[in-house]
Amino acid sequence: MLEEILIAGFGGQGVLSTGQLLANAGMIEDKHVAWIPSYGPEMRGGTANCGVTISDEPISSPLVTEPTTLIVMTRPALEKFEKAVVPGGRILINSSLVEQDVKRDDVTVLKIPANQIAEEIGNPRVANSVILGALIKLTGIVTIESVVESLKKVLPPRRHNMIPANREALERGAQLAEELG
Amino acid sequence: MSKILMKGNEAIGEGAIRAGCRHFFGYPITPQSELPHYLAKRMPEIGGVFLQAESEVSAINMVYGAAGAGMRVMTSSSSPGLSLMQEGISYLVGAELPCVIVNIMRGGPGLGNIAPAQSDYFQSTKGGGHGDYKLITLAPESVQEIIDLMAKAFDLGDQYRTPVMLLGDGILGQMMEPVELGEIQEVKQAAKPWAATGMRGRGKPNIINSLYIDPEDCENINKKLFAKYAQIAAKEQMWEEYQLEGAEIVLTAYGTAARICKSAVDKARAKGIKAGLIRPITLWPFPGSVIARAAETAKCFLTVEMSMGQMVEDVRLAVNGTCPVYFYGRTGGVVPLVSDVLAEIEKLVDGGDRE
Repeated sequence: MLEEILIAGFGGQGVLSTGQLLANAGMIEDKHVAWIPSYGPEMRGGTANCGVTISDEPISSPLVTEPTTLIVMTRPALEKFEKAVVPGGRILINSSLVEQDVKRDDVTVLKIPANQIAEEIGNPRVANSVILGALIKLTGIVTIESVVESLKKVLPPRRHNMIPANREALERGAQLAEELG
Repeated sequence: MSKILMKGNEAIGEGAIRAGCRHFFGYPITPQSELPHYLAKRMPEIGGVFLQAESEVSAINMVYGAAGAGMRVMTSSSSPGLSLMQEGISYLVGAELPCVIVNIMRGGPGLGNIAPAQSDYFQSTKGGGHGDYKLITLAPESVQEIIDLMAKAFDLGDQYRTPVMLLGDGILGQMMEPVELGEIQEVKQAAKPWAATGMRGRGKPNIINSLYIDPEDCENINKKLFAKYAQIAAKEQMWEEYQLEGAEIVLTAYGTAARICKSAVDKARAKGIKAGLIRPITLWPFPGSVIARAAETAKCFLTVEMSMGQMVEDVRLAVNGTCPVYFYGRTGGVVPLVSDVLAEIEKLVDGGDRE
Protein backbone atom coordinates (compact mmCIF):
# COMPACT_ATOMS: atom_id res chain seq x y z
CA MET A 1 0.00 0.00 0.00
CA LEU A 2 1.33 3.39 -1.01
CA GLU A 3 -0.89 6.46 -0.96
CA GLU A 4 0.41 9.86 -1.95
CA ILE A 5 -2.08 12.55 -0.98
CA LEU A 6 -1.93 16.20 -1.91
CA ILE A 7 -4.12 18.59 0.07
CA ALA A 8 -4.41 22.04 -1.47
CA GLY A 9 -6.23 25.26 -0.65
CA PHE A 10 -5.75 28.65 1.01
CA GLY A 11 -3.70 29.34 4.11
CA GLY A 12 -5.99 29.36 7.15
CA GLN A 13 -8.23 26.55 5.88
CA GLY A 14 -6.36 23.98 7.93
CA VAL A 15 -4.72 22.41 4.89
CA LEU A 16 -1.40 21.81 6.67
CA SER A 17 -2.89 20.63 9.95
CA THR A 18 -5.26 18.24 8.17
CA GLY A 19 -2.23 16.69 6.50
CA GLN A 20 -0.42 16.43 9.84
CA LEU A 21 -3.43 14.74 11.37
CA LEU A 22 -3.42 12.14 8.61
CA ALA A 23 0.35 11.57 8.89
CA ASN A 24 0.04 11.21 12.65
CA ALA A 25 -2.75 8.64 12.26
CA GLY A 26 -0.57 6.65 9.86
CA MET A 27 2.30 6.75 12.34
CA ILE A 28 0.04 5.46 15.14
CA GLU A 29 -0.70 2.46 12.92
CA ASP A 30 3.05 1.84 12.50
CA LYS A 31 2.99 2.79 8.85
CA HIS A 32 5.74 4.77 7.17
CA VAL A 33 4.68 8.39 6.75
CA ALA A 34 6.06 11.69 5.48
CA TRP A 35 4.53 15.17 5.44
CA ILE A 36 5.87 18.01 3.33
CA PRO A 37 4.37 21.50 3.29
CA SER A 38 4.62 24.07 0.56
CA TYR A 39 6.48 26.89 2.27
CA GLY A 40 6.53 29.68 -0.28
CA PRO A 41 6.51 33.36 0.77
CA GLU A 42 2.86 32.98 1.68
CA MET A 43 0.50 33.98 4.43
CA ARG A 44 -3.06 33.53 5.59
CA GLY A 45 -5.23 33.76 2.48
CA GLY A 46 -2.37 32.80 0.15
CA THR A 47 -2.12 29.37 -1.45
CA ALA A 48 -1.10 26.50 0.78
CA ASN A 49 -0.67 22.81 0.18
CA CYS A 50 0.95 19.77 1.70
CA GLY A 51 1.85 16.28 0.57
CA VAL A 52 1.30 13.25 2.77
CA THR A 53 2.77 9.86 1.92
CA ILE A 54 1.56 6.78 3.80
CA SER A 55 3.09 3.43 2.96
CA ASP A 56 3.67 -0.10 4.26
CA GLU A 57 7.24 0.12 2.94
CA PRO A 58 9.96 2.66 3.80
CA ILE A 59 9.32 5.85 1.82
CA SER A 60 12.07 6.65 -0.66
CA SER A 61 11.02 9.97 -2.17
CA PRO A 62 8.78 11.88 0.26
CA LEU A 63 7.76 14.39 -2.42
CA VAL A 64 4.20 14.20 -3.70
CA THR A 65 4.44 15.23 -7.34
CA GLU A 66 2.00 12.68 -8.78
CA PRO A 67 -0.68 12.25 -6.10
CA THR A 68 -2.88 9.17 -5.94
CA THR A 69 -5.45 11.39 -4.23
CA LEU A 70 -5.91 15.14 -4.53
CA ILE A 71 -8.02 17.04 -2.00
CA VAL A 72 -9.00 20.53 -3.13
CA MET A 73 -10.45 23.32 -1.05
CA THR A 74 -10.22 26.17 -3.57
CA ARG A 75 -10.73 26.73 -7.28
CA PRO A 76 -7.09 27.74 -7.98
CA ALA A 77 -5.95 24.56 -6.22
CA LEU A 78 -8.07 22.44 -8.57
CA GLU A 79 -6.79 24.30 -11.63
CA LYS A 80 -3.19 23.95 -10.50
CA PHE A 81 -3.09 20.31 -9.45
CA GLU A 82 -5.81 18.53 -11.47
CA LYS A 83 -3.32 17.45 -14.13
CA ALA A 84 -0.85 16.05 -11.61
CA VAL A 85 -3.10 13.24 -10.33
CA VAL A 86 -2.12 9.75 -11.54
CA PRO A 87 -4.53 8.16 -14.04
CA GLY A 88 -7.04 6.13 -12.04
CA GLY A 89 -6.48 8.38 -9.01
CA ARG A 90 -9.03 10.32 -7.02
CA ILE A 91 -9.97 13.96 -6.67
CA LEU A 92 -11.95 14.95 -3.59
CA ILE A 93 -13.53 18.37 -3.88
CA ASN A 94 -14.98 20.44 -1.11
CA SER A 95 -18.01 21.37 -3.18
CA SER A 96 -19.16 23.93 -0.61
CA LEU A 97 -16.20 26.05 -1.76
CA VAL A 98 -15.40 24.87 -5.29
CA GLU A 99 -18.10 24.93 -7.94
CA GLN A 100 -16.41 23.96 -11.17
CA ASP A 101 -16.00 20.45 -12.52
CA VAL A 102 -12.96 18.28 -13.08
CA LYS A 103 -12.04 18.21 -16.77
CA ARG A 104 -10.43 14.75 -16.75
CA ASP A 105 -12.38 11.54 -17.16
CA ASP A 106 -9.67 9.09 -16.05
CA VAL A 107 -9.96 9.88 -12.33
CA THR A 108 -12.63 9.25 -9.72
CA VAL A 109 -14.20 12.50 -8.57
CA LEU A 110 -16.03 12.90 -5.31
CA LYS A 111 -17.81 16.15 -4.48
CA ILE A 112 -18.30 16.61 -0.77
CA PRO A 113 -20.26 19.60 0.56
CA ALA A 114 -17.99 19.59 3.61
CA ASN A 115 -18.85 23.02 5.02
CA GLN A 116 -22.55 22.34 4.68
CA ILE A 117 -22.22 19.05 6.53
CA ALA A 118 -20.07 20.73 9.18
CA GLU A 119 -22.85 23.33 9.66
CA GLU A 120 -25.36 20.52 10.07
CA ILE A 121 -23.15 18.98 12.76
CA GLY A 122 -23.20 22.41 14.38
CA ASN A 123 -19.51 23.26 14.04
CA PRO A 124 -18.22 24.88 10.83
CA ARG A 125 -14.64 24.16 11.90
CA VAL A 126 -14.86 20.41 11.33
CA ALA A 127 -15.28 20.64 7.53
CA ASN A 128 -11.84 19.18 6.88
CA SER A 129 -12.67 16.15 9.01
CA VAL A 130 -15.68 15.47 6.75
CA ILE A 131 -13.31 15.23 3.78
CA LEU A 132 -10.82 13.19 5.77
CA GLY A 133 -13.62 10.76 6.64
CA ALA A 134 -14.43 10.35 2.94
CA LEU A 135 -10.76 9.80 2.13
CA ILE A 136 -10.47 7.12 4.81
CA LYS A 137 -13.53 5.31 3.47
CA LEU A 138 -12.22 5.38 -0.10
CA THR A 139 -8.62 4.38 0.59
CA GLY A 140 -8.63 2.53 3.90
CA ILE A 141 -5.20 4.04 4.62
CA VAL A 142 -5.95 4.63 8.29
CA THR A 143 -8.93 4.13 10.60
CA ILE A 144 -11.19 6.82 12.00
CA GLU A 145 -10.07 5.67 15.46
CA SER A 146 -6.44 6.54 14.65
CA VAL A 147 -7.45 10.02 13.48
CA VAL A 148 -9.40 10.58 16.71
CA GLU A 149 -6.37 9.32 18.65
CA SER A 150 -4.18 11.80 16.72
CA LEU A 151 -6.56 14.66 17.50
CA LYS A 152 -5.85 14.06 21.19
CA LYS A 153 -2.17 14.67 20.47
CA VAL A 154 -2.40 17.41 17.86
CA LEU A 155 -5.05 19.56 19.54
CA PRO A 156 -4.09 21.47 22.69
CA PRO A 157 -6.03 20.17 25.76
CA ARG A 158 -8.30 23.24 25.81
CA ARG A 159 -9.56 22.21 22.35
CA HIS A 160 -10.28 18.59 23.23
CA ASN A 161 -13.97 19.51 23.45
CA MET A 162 -13.81 19.62 19.61
CA ILE A 163 -13.08 15.89 19.38
CA PRO A 164 -16.70 14.58 19.44
CA ALA A 165 -17.69 16.97 16.62
CA ASN A 166 -14.64 15.87 14.63
CA ARG A 167 -15.54 12.22 15.14
CA GLU A 168 -19.05 12.89 13.89
CA ALA A 169 -17.64 14.75 10.88
CA LEU A 170 -15.28 11.86 10.06
CA GLU A 171 -18.20 9.42 10.25
CA ARG A 172 -20.47 11.62 8.13
CA GLY A 173 -17.73 11.93 5.49
CA ALA A 174 -17.20 8.17 5.44
CA GLN A 175 -20.93 7.59 5.12
CA LEU A 176 -21.19 10.05 2.24
CA ALA A 177 -18.26 8.42 0.43
CA GLU A 178 -20.00 5.08 0.75
CA GLU A 179 -23.25 6.49 -0.70
CA LEU A 180 -21.49 8.30 -3.57
CA GLY A 181 -18.91 5.59 -4.26
CA MET B 1 9.68 4.66 23.46
CA SER B 2 7.06 5.58 20.90
CA LYS B 3 7.62 7.57 17.76
CA ILE B 4 6.71 11.21 17.35
CA LEU B 5 6.17 13.26 14.22
CA MET B 6 8.81 15.96 13.92
CA LYS B 7 10.04 18.54 11.43
CA GLY B 8 13.63 18.19 10.26
CA ASN B 9 14.48 21.62 11.66
CA GLU B 10 13.06 20.70 15.07
CA ALA B 11 14.94 17.40 15.03
CA ILE B 12 18.24 19.25 14.54
CA GLY B 13 17.43 21.28 17.67
CA GLU B 14 16.40 18.29 19.76
CA GLY B 15 19.33 16.24 18.49
CA ALA B 16 21.75 19.01 19.46
CA ILE B 17 20.31 19.26 22.99
CA ARG B 18 20.58 15.49 23.41
CA ALA B 19 24.19 15.75 22.25
CA GLY B 20 24.91 18.14 25.13
CA CYS B 21 24.73 21.40 23.19
CA ARG B 22 23.71 24.16 25.58
CA HIS B 23 24.57 27.25 23.52
CA PHE B 24 22.88 28.40 20.34
CA PHE B 25 23.44 31.67 18.52
CA GLY B 26 21.64 32.42 15.28
CA TYR B 27 19.56 34.70 13.15
CA PRO B 28 16.27 33.68 11.49
CA ILE B 29 16.07 32.82 7.81
CA THR B 30 13.69 30.63 5.83
CA PRO B 31 13.74 27.64 5.41
CA GLN B 32 15.46 26.90 8.75
CA SER B 33 13.61 29.27 11.14
CA GLU B 34 11.80 26.43 12.94
CA LEU B 35 15.20 25.48 14.38
CA PRO B 36 15.86 28.72 16.31
CA HIS B 37 12.13 28.80 17.08
CA TYR B 38 12.38 25.35 18.67
CA LEU B 39 15.55 26.14 20.58
CA ALA B 40 14.20 29.48 21.81
CA LYS B 41 11.66 27.39 23.72
CA ARG B 42 13.81 24.37 24.62
CA MET B 43 17.09 25.98 25.70
CA PRO B 44 15.66 27.91 28.68
CA GLU B 45 13.88 24.71 29.82
CA ILE B 46 17.22 22.93 30.27
CA GLY B 47 19.30 25.86 31.49
CA GLY B 48 20.90 26.48 28.11
CA VAL B 49 21.53 29.71 26.23
CA PHE B 50 19.50 30.77 23.21
CA LEU B 51 20.50 34.08 21.76
CA GLN B 52 19.18 35.72 18.63
CA ALA B 53 22.11 37.72 17.32
CA GLU B 54 21.75 40.93 15.34
CA SER B 55 23.23 39.23 12.27
CA GLU B 56 24.85 36.03 11.05
CA VAL B 57 28.26 37.69 11.39
CA SER B 58 27.61 38.23 15.09
CA ALA B 59 26.21 34.74 15.54
CA ILE B 60 29.28 32.97 14.16
CA ASN B 61 31.59 35.11 16.30
CA MET B 62 29.50 34.29 19.39
CA VAL B 63 30.05 30.65 18.42
CA TYR B 64 33.80 31.37 18.36
CA GLY B 65 33.59 32.74 21.89
CA ALA B 66 31.56 29.88 23.34
CA ALA B 67 33.66 27.25 21.55
CA GLY B 68 36.82 28.92 22.85
CA ALA B 69 35.43 28.54 26.36
CA GLY B 70 34.99 24.81 25.70
CA MET B 71 31.20 24.77 25.34
CA ARG B 72 29.24 22.58 22.92
CA VAL B 73 27.79 25.25 20.65
CA MET B 74 25.77 25.44 17.45
CA THR B 75 24.57 28.00 14.94
CA SER B 76 22.31 27.59 11.94
CA SER B 77 21.26 29.47 8.87
CA SER B 78 20.43 29.07 5.21
CA SER B 79 22.60 29.78 2.18
CA PRO B 80 22.95 33.61 2.15
CA GLY B 81 23.45 33.54 5.92
CA LEU B 82 26.25 30.99 5.54
CA SER B 83 27.98 33.28 3.05
CA LEU B 84 28.00 35.96 5.75
CA MET B 85 29.50 33.49 8.25
CA GLN B 86 32.44 32.38 6.13
CA GLU B 87 35.02 34.71 7.71
CA GLY B 88 34.07 33.44 11.15
CA ILE B 89 34.21 29.81 10.02
CA SER B 90 37.74 30.34 8.70
CA TYR B 91 38.72 31.84 12.10
CA LEU B 92 37.16 28.85 13.91
CA VAL B 93 39.22 26.53 11.73
CA GLY B 94 42.37 28.59 12.30
CA ALA B 95 41.86 28.55 16.07
CA GLU B 96 40.93 24.82 15.94
CA LEU B 97 37.60 25.33 17.66
CA PRO B 98 34.90 22.66 17.59
CA CYS B 99 31.30 23.64 16.86
CA VAL B 100 28.36 22.58 14.71
CA ILE B 101 27.17 24.80 11.88
CA VAL B 102 23.86 24.01 10.17
CA ASN B 103 23.06 25.02 6.60
CA ILE B 104 19.53 24.31 5.35
CA MET B 105 20.20 25.26 1.75
CA ARG B 106 17.96 27.34 -0.49
CA GLY B 107 18.06 28.52 -4.08
CA GLY B 108 20.90 30.84 -5.08
CA PRO B 109 23.10 32.61 -6.01
CA GLY B 110 22.35 35.98 -4.46
CA LEU B 111 19.18 36.40 -2.47
CA GLY B 112 17.82 33.61 -4.69
CA ASN B 113 14.68 32.17 -3.16
CA ILE B 114 13.55 30.08 -0.21
CA ALA B 115 13.00 26.85 -2.16
CA PRO B 116 15.19 23.78 -1.51
CA ALA B 117 18.60 23.50 -3.21
CA GLN B 118 21.98 21.78 -2.90
CA SER B 119 24.16 24.43 -4.46
CA ASP B 120 26.35 25.11 -1.41
CA TYR B 121 28.29 21.83 -1.71
CA PHE B 122 31.50 23.54 -2.81
CA GLN B 123 31.14 26.22 -0.13
CA SER B 124 30.63 23.61 2.59
CA THR B 125 33.18 20.97 1.67
CA LYS B 126 35.99 22.86 -0.03
CA GLY B 127 36.50 25.62 2.51
CA GLY B 128 34.02 28.42 1.88
CA GLY B 129 36.14 30.99 3.69
CA HIS B 130 39.74 32.03 3.10
CA GLY B 131 42.74 29.82 3.72
CA ASP B 132 43.52 26.14 3.25
CA TYR B 133 40.95 24.06 5.07
CA LYS B 134 38.22 21.43 4.92
CA LEU B 135 35.01 21.08 6.91
CA ILE B 136 33.63 17.77 8.03
CA THR B 137 30.23 17.89 6.30
CA LEU B 138 27.38 15.56 7.24
CA ALA B 139 24.38 15.22 4.91
CA PRO B 140 21.37 13.41 6.42
CA GLU B 141 18.49 12.31 4.17
CA SER B 142 15.70 11.87 6.72
CA VAL B 143 14.46 13.30 10.01
CA GLN B 144 15.52 10.14 11.86
CA GLU B 145 19.00 10.36 10.39
CA ILE B 146 19.26 13.96 11.62
CA ILE B 147 18.66 12.71 15.17
CA ASP B 148 21.19 9.91 14.68
CA LEU B 149 23.87 12.23 13.26
CA MET B 150 23.72 15.17 15.68
CA ALA B 151 25.70 13.46 18.45
CA LYS B 152 28.19 12.28 15.83
CA ALA B 153 28.58 15.87 14.60
CA PHE B 154 29.48 17.19 18.06
CA ASP B 155 31.73 14.21 18.84
CA LEU B 156 33.69 14.58 15.59
CA GLY B 157 34.10 18.30 16.24
CA ASP B 158 35.49 17.72 19.73
CA GLN B 159 37.66 14.77 18.70
CA TYR B 160 39.39 16.63 15.88
CA ARG B 161 39.01 20.20 17.21
CA THR B 162 37.25 21.34 14.06
CA PRO B 163 33.96 22.95 13.03
CA VAL B 164 31.45 20.44 11.61
CA MET B 165 28.81 21.32 9.04
CA LEU B 166 25.37 19.70 8.97
CA LEU B 167 24.13 20.22 5.42
CA GLY B 168 20.50 19.80 4.40
CA ASP B 169 18.05 21.48 2.06
CA GLY B 170 14.71 23.18 2.55
CA ILE B 171 12.77 19.95 2.11
CA LEU B 172 14.71 18.16 4.84
CA GLY B 173 14.17 21.12 7.18
CA GLN B 174 10.45 21.50 6.48
CA MET B 175 9.43 17.86 6.18
CA MET B 176 7.85 15.91 9.03
CA GLU B 177 8.63 12.25 9.58
CA PRO B 178 8.27 9.90 12.55
CA VAL B 179 11.34 9.78 14.77
CA GLU B 180 12.45 7.59 17.62
CA LEU B 181 14.21 9.89 20.06
CA GLY B 182 15.19 7.22 22.57
CA GLU B 183 16.06 7.89 26.18
CA ILE B 184 17.99 11.03 27.06
CA GLN B 185 21.51 9.82 27.78
CA GLU B 186 24.24 11.31 29.90
CA VAL B 187 26.62 12.87 27.34
CA LYS B 188 30.28 12.01 27.77
CA GLN B 189 32.29 14.93 26.48
CA ALA B 190 36.04 14.82 25.98
CA ALA B 191 38.10 17.06 28.28
CA LYS B 192 39.14 20.34 26.67
CA PRO B 193 42.39 21.29 28.42
CA TRP B 194 43.00 23.92 25.72
CA ALA B 195 39.81 25.89 26.49
CA ALA B 196 40.04 29.46 27.82
CA THR B 197 38.29 28.95 31.13
CA GLY B 198 40.64 30.73 33.50
CA MET B 199 44.16 29.94 34.76
CA ARG B 200 43.04 27.54 37.53
CA GLY B 201 46.56 27.37 38.93
CA ARG B 202 48.22 26.72 35.58
CA GLY B 203 51.38 28.68 34.82
CA LYS B 204 50.55 29.47 31.20
CA PRO B 205 47.31 30.98 29.91
CA ASN B 206 45.36 29.17 27.18
CA ILE B 207 45.13 31.50 24.21
CA ILE B 208 42.49 31.11 21.50
CA ASN B 209 43.77 32.79 18.38
CA SER B 210 44.11 32.36 14.63
CA LEU B 211 46.86 34.94 14.09
CA TYR B 212 50.19 33.41 13.06
CA ILE B 213 52.30 36.39 12.11
CA ASP B 214 55.43 34.39 11.29
CA PRO B 215 54.92 32.66 7.89
CA GLU B 216 56.72 29.54 9.06
CA ASP B 217 54.48 29.26 12.12
CA CYS B 218 51.49 29.69 9.82
CA GLU B 219 52.77 27.05 7.43
CA ASN B 220 53.22 24.67 10.35
CA ILE B 221 49.64 25.27 11.47
CA ASN B 222 48.48 24.41 7.93
CA LYS B 223 50.56 21.24 8.00
CA LYS B 224 49.06 20.33 11.37
CA LEU B 225 45.55 20.90 10.02
CA PHE B 226 46.23 18.75 6.98
CA ALA B 227 47.72 15.93 9.04
CA LYS B 228 44.43 16.00 10.93
CA TYR B 229 42.43 16.06 7.66
CA ALA B 230 44.36 13.01 6.39
CA GLN B 231 43.38 11.17 9.56
CA ILE B 232 39.72 12.22 9.18
CA ALA B 233 39.69 11.20 5.50
CA ALA B 234 41.08 7.77 6.41
CA LYS B 235 38.76 7.09 9.34
CA GLU B 236 35.50 8.98 9.04
CA GLN B 237 33.97 8.33 5.58
CA MET B 238 30.28 7.41 5.85
CA TRP B 239 27.92 6.31 3.10
CA GLU B 240 24.90 4.15 2.33
CA GLU B 241 24.75 1.57 -0.45
CA TYR B 242 21.30 1.07 -1.98
CA GLN B 243 20.62 -1.75 -4.47
CA LEU B 244 24.31 -1.67 -5.33
CA GLU B 245 24.54 -5.46 -5.76
CA GLY B 246 25.24 -6.10 -9.45
CA ALA B 247 24.48 -2.47 -10.37
CA GLU B 248 25.64 -1.48 -13.84
CA ILE B 249 24.39 2.09 -13.57
CA VAL B 250 25.51 3.58 -10.26
CA LEU B 251 23.74 6.72 -9.12
CA THR B 252 25.38 9.04 -6.60
CA ALA B 253 23.33 11.58 -4.70
CA TYR B 254 23.04 12.94 -1.16
CA GLY B 255 20.25 14.27 1.06
CA THR B 256 16.88 14.88 -0.58
CA ALA B 257 18.24 14.11 -4.07
CA ALA B 258 19.21 10.66 -2.78
CA ARG B 259 15.64 10.02 -1.59
CA ILE B 260 14.41 10.87 -5.10
CA CYS B 261 17.09 8.61 -6.63
CA LYS B 262 16.03 5.69 -4.41
CA SER B 263 12.54 5.88 -5.91
CA ALA B 264 14.04 6.08 -9.41
CA VAL B 265 16.31 3.08 -8.69
CA ASP B 266 13.30 1.07 -7.46
CA LYS B 267 11.40 1.89 -10.65
CA ALA B 268 14.41 1.08 -12.84
CA ARG B 269 14.91 -2.27 -11.08
CA ALA B 270 11.21 -3.05 -11.62
CA LYS B 271 11.87 -2.56 -15.35
CA GLY B 272 14.84 -4.92 -15.20
CA ILE B 273 17.49 -2.16 -15.32
CA LYS B 274 20.42 -2.87 -13.00
CA ALA B 275 20.64 0.49 -11.24
CA GLY B 276 21.95 1.20 -7.73
CA LEU B 277 22.85 4.14 -5.54
CA ILE B 278 25.77 5.26 -3.40
CA ARG B 279 24.65 7.94 -0.97
CA PRO B 280 27.51 9.85 0.65
CA ILE B 281 26.62 10.69 4.27
CA THR B 282 29.91 12.50 4.84
CA LEU B 283 30.38 14.88 1.90
CA TRP B 284 33.79 15.65 3.33
CA PRO B 285 35.54 13.35 3.89
CA PHE B 286 34.09 12.23 0.55
CA PRO B 287 33.57 8.45 0.44
CA GLY B 288 35.75 8.07 -2.65
CA SER B 289 36.92 4.58 -1.72
CA VAL B 290 33.50 2.96 -2.19
CA ILE B 291 32.97 4.87 -5.44
CA ALA B 292 36.33 3.72 -6.81
CA ARG B 293 35.42 0.16 -5.86
CA ALA B 294 32.02 0.36 -7.56
CA ALA B 295 33.62 1.87 -10.69
CA GLU B 296 35.54 -1.37 -11.26
CA THR B 297 32.33 -3.21 -12.15
CA ALA B 298 29.89 -0.42 -13.16
CA LYS B 299 29.21 0.52 -16.77
CA CYS B 300 28.69 4.15 -15.86
CA PHE B 301 27.81 6.59 -13.07
CA LEU B 302 24.99 9.14 -12.88
CA THR B 303 25.28 11.89 -10.29
CA VAL B 304 22.04 13.67 -9.39
CA GLU B 305 22.07 16.96 -7.48
CA MET B 306 19.87 19.96 -6.85
CA SER B 307 22.61 22.12 -8.36
CA MET B 308 24.39 22.60 -11.70
CA GLY B 309 26.83 19.86 -10.70
CA GLN B 310 29.18 20.19 -7.74
CA MET B 311 29.54 16.79 -6.03
CA VAL B 312 29.90 15.29 -9.52
CA GLU B 313 33.48 16.65 -9.55
CA ASP B 314 34.36 14.53 -6.51
CA VAL B 315 32.67 11.52 -8.09
CA ARG B 316 34.77 12.00 -11.24
CA LEU B 317 37.95 12.25 -9.14
CA ALA B 318 37.07 9.01 -7.38
CA VAL B 319 36.05 7.16 -10.57
CA ASN B 320 39.29 8.44 -12.12
CA GLY B 321 38.35 7.69 -15.73
CA THR B 322 37.45 4.04 -15.12
CA CYS B 323 33.98 4.61 -16.62
CA PRO B 324 31.88 7.60 -17.75
CA VAL B 325 30.29 9.83 -15.10
CA TYR B 326 27.11 11.61 -16.19
CA PHE B 327 25.19 14.33 -14.43
CA TYR B 328 21.58 15.32 -14.03
CA GLY B 329 20.52 18.27 -11.94
CA ARG B 330 17.84 20.87 -11.35
CA THR B 331 18.70 24.00 -9.47
CA GLY B 332 17.56 27.41 -8.24
CA GLY B 333 14.98 25.77 -5.97
CA VAL B 334 13.64 23.33 -8.57
CA VAL B 335 13.53 19.73 -7.36
CA PRO B 336 14.11 16.88 -9.84
CA LEU B 337 11.17 14.52 -10.35
CA VAL B 338 11.52 10.77 -9.92
CA SER B 339 10.28 10.38 -13.51
CA ASP B 340 13.04 12.71 -14.78
CA VAL B 341 15.76 10.72 -13.00
CA LEU B 342 14.27 7.47 -14.30
CA ALA B 343 14.35 8.87 -17.85
CA GLU B 344 18.05 9.71 -17.38
CA ILE B 345 18.74 6.17 -16.17
CA GLU B 346 16.93 4.73 -19.19
CA LYS B 347 19.13 6.77 -21.52
CA LEU B 348 22.16 5.02 -20.02
CA VAL B 349 20.97 1.45 -20.36
CA ASP B 350 23.30 0.62 -23.27
CA GLY B 351 26.33 1.65 -21.30
CA GLY B 352 26.19 5.38 -21.38
CA ASP B 353 26.17 6.81 -24.90
CA ARG B 354 23.91 9.57 -23.74
CA GLU B 355 24.84 12.44 -25.97
